[in-house]
Amino acid sequence: MSDNILEMRGITKVFPGVKALENVNLKVKRGEIHAICGENGAGKSTLMKVLSGVYPYGSYDGEIHYEGKECRFTGIHDSEKLGIVIIHQELALVPMLSIAENMFLGNEQAKGGIISWGKTRRRARELLQKVGLREDPDTLITNIGTGKQQLVEIAKALAKDVKLLILDEPTASLSEKDSQALLDLLLEFKTQGMTSIMISHKLNEIKRIADQITVIRDGQSIETMDREHVTEDRIVTSMVGRALENRYPHRSPKIGETMFELRNWSVHHPLHPERQVIKNVNLNVRKGEVVGIAGLMGAGRTELAMSVFGKSYGVNISGEVLLHGKKVDTSTVGKAVKAGLAYATEDRKIYGLNLIDHIKHNVTVANLSGVSNNGVIDDMRELKVANEYRAKTNIRSSSVYQITGNLSGGNQQKVVLSKWLFADPDVLILDEPTRGIDVGAKYEIYTIINKLAADGKAILMISSEMPELLGICDRIYVLNEGRIVGEMNAADASQEKIMRAIVRGEARGEQLEAAQ
Amino acid sequence: MTTDTAKQVSAARASSRDAITANLREYGLIIALIAIMLFFQYMTNGVLFRPVNLTNIVLQNSYIVVMALGMLLVIVAGHIDLSVGSVAGFIGAAAAVLMVDYGFNPFIAALLCIALGAVIGGVQGYFVAYMKIPSFIVTLAGMLVFKGLLLWLLGGRSLGPFPVEFQMLSAGFIPDFIGPWTIVEPALNANGRPNPGTGIVLHATTLIIGLIIVALMLYFALQSRRNRESHGYEAEPFGFFALKNAVIAIIVLFLMYKFASYKGLPNVLIVMGVLIAGFVFLTKRMTFGRRIYAMGGNIKAASLSGIMTERLTFYVFSIMGALAGLAGLIYAARLNQATPKAGVGMELDVIAAVFVGGASAMGGIGEVAGAVIGAFIMGVMNNGMGIMGINIDWQQVIKGLVLLGAVAFDLYNKKKA
Ligand SMILES: Nc1ncnc2c1ncn2[C@@H]1O[C@H](COP(=O)(O)OP(=O)(O)OP(=O)(O)O)[C@@H](O)[C@H]1O
Ligand SMILES: [Mg+2]
Repeated sequence: MSDNILEMRGITKVFPGVKALENVNLKVKRGEIHAICGENGAGKSTLMKVLSGVYPYGSYDGEIHYEGKECRFTGIHDSEKLGIVIIHQELALVPMLSIAENMFLGNEQAKGGIISWGKTRRRARELLQKVGLREDPDTLITNIGTGKQQLVEIAKALAKDVKLLILDEPTASLSEKDSQALLDLLLEFKTQGMTSIMISHKLNEIKRIADQITVIRDGQSIETMDREHVTEDRIVTSMVGRALENRYPHRSPKIGETMFELRNWSVHHPLHPERQVIKNVNLNVRKGEVVGIAGLMGAGRTELAMSVFGKSYGVNISGEVLLHGKKVDTSTVGKAVKAGLAYATEDRKIYGLNLIDHIKHNVTVANLSGVSNNGVIDDMRELKVANEYRAKTNIRSSSVYQITGNLSGGNQQKVVLSKWLFADPDVLILDEPTRGIDVGAKYEIYTIINKLAADGKAILMISSEMPELLGICDRIYVLNEGRIVGEMNAADASQEKIMRAIVRGEARGEQLEAAQ
Repeated sequence: MTTDTAKQVSAARASSRDAITANLREYGLIIALIAIMLFFQYMTNGVLFRPVNLTNIVLQNSYIVVMALGMLLVIVAGHIDLSVGSVAGFIGAAAAVLMVDYGFNPFIAALLCIALGAVIGGVQGYFVAYMKIPSFIVTLAGMLVFKGLLLWLLGGRSLGPFPVEFQMLSAGFIPDFIGPWTIVEPALNANGRPNPGTGIVLHATTLIIGLIIVALMLYFALQSRRNRESHGYEAEPFGFFALKNAVIAIIVLFLMYKFASYKGLPNVLIVMGVLIAGFVFLTKRMTFGRRIYAMGGNIKAASLSGIMTERLTFYVFSIMGALAGLAGLIYAARLNQATPKAGVGMELDVIAAVFVGGASAMGGIGEVAGAVIGAFIMGVMNNGMGIMGINIDWQQVIKGLVLLGAVAFDLYNKKKA
């Protein structure tokens, strides 16, 4: 037996109007962690879908050799039988089912169609222990965070006797801590002889755990490198096709008077109104300033933003929103938008896009008055706008008529961003704007943010990537458990300082709670 | 620079190709309708295309088409309205009570009835939009309520006849202002009257209207094409464009000729035509329509984009109610009486028309033109099978299979693409 567990040869996959993959080759050694890198829309997810039978034999050209045998999968069932399990970019768990039910979905612990719940729970507990998740198997998926959901996905894969585990951007929506835990888990699996393929845009993670790295650019496999001999910059160069000098564009901020202000903002949980999610938050953003909000997952950053933006989250909201020093009503999204606010969501599929419609309609939907007169849409103006923003944010698609559901994850993110750029707000709240976005495109998005700030907008940016906040913000607030626990100028901020603020905040929060 | 323009050109080309594929299913539907008509023309030995029968097809389906317009909005918005048949029946009865029992002026009575329909739709819309009760349940309740109210209002009797002016809504034809053109003198019978079915006497106004419609259509098609090009976007290939418009023009003229050689354009066709044009405009060009699609596609994303989804839903159901009211009037005028059985099962025909026309049951997808063609596909089948003398039981079976087949075919095509 050769030491390659998998060889994909000459894979070509065409969608109507797009050649997603062209003659791609991939060799994966037994027992290694193999990383796949590439820009948004390069074809990484498509390649993995070919491998796992999501796109069945016959819908692509080329050969797949697994364990030395050629495989022609007609569906995901075939590949799973051989121990190839894929965890997709967007998690595929059923929210209203329990952890255990999800883990054995389609693979139930049953005899003659009758499920044995005892066995289900026992097996679930075993597997959960393996992935280091301490949760009751009967807990519903909606009640656990994304990090834990990701672990459930992995446990689910283990339940299928996985030999080759494919992870498509597994850490994109995980906190730093959860990401580390996940990567450690992969390393542990490796010592047990499991092979993994991981797609990621986070080069530091790749550098940490991958043995080999294959780069895909524009649907073609460019090269495969050994981890030992490469630097992050070397990977970037290969991905983008040229050297990228800096990760963050240069900023020379021109900061004016206060533009946006939140005073004593408090929000309660929509289902448990007695629980206060946001506690007396005061913050401000000045004209031309980029302000970051740092914090751990679950600190309440998204909840804060959405509650401000048209009360889209929470109940019993109190406090004041001020724009240009004047109190404004942001109690509906319409009013918030009219006042000059915009919020680009972190969850593009659920809150961001109409996935069955094309790019053009998605870009203009938040600002239809910008392309219409008296309620009548000017088709040409709309087309022009869509093309303009497609170019501006560098969306990779066959045209503005591509259905957004068919775009790669990163390009979907850019459509959401375009939508809000076109709405032309004074204050733009960006929630994880670079999630799932490649290094090159990140640079472009930072450039856009800089340009907006230079044009006198106020930008509030939520991000879980601290280097990013440090790289592009002028000032950073630290949020912890719904409370602002720190504020610092980016110039004197550091990851350690932010972490320290969080820890201090935690301690203080416990004191406050104890005092009550 | 050069690569940039090259990119632009290729993007424009791709976009025009996308635009064509996007419209393919509409063309497919038209072709299906024509094929079905030709099939029945053959099976009925040429009865189907007789002017009187074509006129009949329009009259028989007018109220379904009218309601299909509203139902399209409802379904695109991600909802369903099961009450429209009952509401139409109820409004027809209300109209009869107003006009026959209380002697209301037909015009005023009709307006009141349409307004009542809008209110009924609005109330149901309120429950759907603001109380968040699924539309299936709200309108199922509405269906029962208005079926009951219809029976109560008529107390078991049939109420009629309507004033002549009101009957004209469904039985009337537009007057011939220009006067009939006699191409071939009809043969006279013993009493010195023209024998029906002989000679060719054309309703001149109908023909002129037909010509005007075709001229306007071509003008606007050319206009929008030029507009595209002047903005630097390649339009569809000229040959394709010319062929498409020529075919449509010929079909329109052919139908107009048929109508002209009977009694001219039915009044109700004018009503329908205006409504169809209005709804095409509303869905394709107006922000209101666009928002309905956005809401049906992803209601969370739509409301986070500032769309007032609740109000929009409320409006959609109000419009549906008004159209159900109008349809009820058309139906009552056609029968010249309000009956306790009016509207029974109509909602199913309407919903079937919209789905045959390519709308998605999940919301967010569907075209006015598709719904109208869908209604006529079902209508022509009813008509053709009726003429052929196929039993009503088998007619149901066949219609059911066509509905299933049409949607399956559509999905299959989409998957392949
Ligand atoms: N179902 C589809 N129909 C049409 N085009 C598609 C479809 N799925 C993917 N594509 C196109 O194929 C290309 C590759 O997409 P893919 O999802 O593999 O990218 P990716 O490398 O995973 O990007 P990302 O990092 O953004 O996730 C893109 O241009 C995308 O628009
Ligand atoms: Mg991907």
